[in-house]
Amino acid sequence: MGKVFKFDQDVDTDQIIASQYIIYPTIDEMKPHAFESLDPDFAGSVQAGDYVVASENFGCGSSREQAPTVLKALGVKAVIAKSFARIFYRNAINIGLPVIVCKELYDHVNAGDEMELSMQEGVVRANGQEYECTKLPEYMQGILDQGGLIASLDK
Amino acid sequence: MGMTIAEKIIAAAAGVETVKPGDIHTVELDRLMSNDGTTHLTIDMYHKLKNPRIADVNKLVWIMDHNVPCDSVKTAASHKKMRDFAREHKITFYEGAGVCHQVMLEKHVTSGELIFGADSHTCAYGAVGAFGTGVGCTDYLYAMVTGHSWLLVPETLRFNLKGKLGDGVYARDLILSIIGQIGANGANYMAMEFGGEGLKTLNMSDRIAVCNLCVEAGAKTALMEVDEITLAYLKEHGREPKHVFQSDPDASYARVYEIDLSAIRPIVAKPHFVDSVVDAKECVGTHIDEAFLGSCNNGRIEDLRVGAELIKGRKVHPLVRFLVVPASAEVYRQALAEGIIDTFMEAGAIVMNPNCSVCWGSCQGVIGEGEVLISTGTRNFKGRAGHKDSFVYLASAATVTASAIKGEIATAADIAG
Repeated sequence: MGKVFKFDQDVDTDQIIASQYIIYPTIDEMKPHAFESLDPDFAGSVQAGDYVVASENFGCGSSREQAPTVLKALGVKAVIAKSFARIFYRNAINIGLPVIVCKELYDHVNAGDEMELSMQEGVVRANGQEYECTKLPEYMQGILDQGGLIASLDK
Repeated sequence: MGMTIAEKIIAAAAGVETVKPGDIHTVELDRLMSNDGTTHLTIDMYHKLKNPRIADVNKLVWIMDHNVPCDSVKTAASHKKMRDFAREHKITFYEGAGVCHQVMLEKHVTSGELIFGADSHTCAYGAVGAFGTGVGCTDYLYAMVTGHSWLLVPETLRFNLKGKLGDGVYARDLILSIIGQIGANGANYMAMEFGGEGLKTLNMSDRIAVCNLCVEAGAKTALMEVDEITLAYLKEHGREPKHVFQSDPDASYARVYEIDLSAIRPIVAKPHFVDSVVDAKECVGTHIDEAFLGSCNNGRIEDLRVGAELIKGRKVHPLVRFLVVPASAEVYRQALAEGIIDTFMEAGAIVMNPNCSVCWGSCQGVIGEGEVLISTGTRNFKGRAGHKDSFVYLASAATVTASAIKGEIATAADIAG
């Protein structure tokens, strides 16, 4: 089980990690600033295995891969949203951070709730309920399963 | 079934006869652009590969533009990494030449190409009929190592333009209107294709401004029909088209929009979303602290001319900072030659070197808590230009300059006479 960190719609990548931090030399130096503008406590309180839950168009804006990367580095297990902006979605899969479309979950969980994602079954369990998720296209699931896009270069 | 321009470019890059939306293809890439926003991380990942290699160094263009000149010790470490790697591997490299997309369009991109850029506004290249799309550094590295990548064929939205923009109305107003109409995810995963008689009334600078901002509607790419204006631009810059693709009459579109250019009015996008657009009149009188004229969207000579014409003989309001940033060195020198830089300085503007500057809130003209900026930059997200509790309004070069003079949001019409 992991804890829910909940965000609204049209969360852009500047909010996930602001411009002034993305040029820092390392991800370790950037990650304390994740979601700083929306939830200054996020980076300090998120634990490995926790989830980010959001509404429509999560990750819109800049192509900065630092956005999914800092979330993964902080231990976020998956981002579950009603929909994702394209570049964030592709970047997340490429680095091996599961991004799951679930239309119902957002309206039925609160920040701090406990939940569990089963990618194999394509369901989220929270508050005694099950919510169906959209499975990833086979090609993209394949990238995720091999541990991200770069893993294929080392084969 | 016929194909759209995006589908034809992907088919050519995949070496197949036809493609359709939803197909995933392996595509050969023509160019790979990267800037100082992410290149340091790409290099770190490159060095971790078991067999690091570059498929074709001639495809790579690296452009230092986000924090130029370097603003801090941390940035200096990231910049040094990028600069050293580019030198070692003989990668085409620019520093001080301007904002990456402007430099790419001036010096490299041509019609029919398929380009990955590690920057979301890479869709600007559609202005010359190239398929440009923004990617992260993992995608970039994969393409740099292999020369190819995978691409899901997007559906296409078609925009038929007719008529002509009225006096005091600009391409920025057009694209903000369209984004307002379809929403911040209205083109998510899709290509936006522009054509029709009205396109002939838009010059290359207008076309770049329109295509550049399509990612703010979520678009994967933007493409404009190639015509004599495009070919003249390429010729002037010493390039030939790779392919000239037009969409087929029976091409399939997810939706078709009819846009009457003469109906477009000056627009302002309010904080904190690009699709939060209103008629500029509704914002007139809003307090501002700073105004910014520049960026890959509106930092070209045409934009500077609009601003200079308005401000000539007038002064920047004493309570406002007005930052003017030409999008490239080429633009800067042209503006110098035309006396435009002098006009801005005479009026009290601060003229900066070509770079991303105020548009991305990390380097120059950063705004403080509670401050308000009106900008020709690309985005007005919360905190985009500085403090998380600051406010950014987006508008055309004319509206931004008029506001800088008035000390509050104003349109060109408001300062006339």
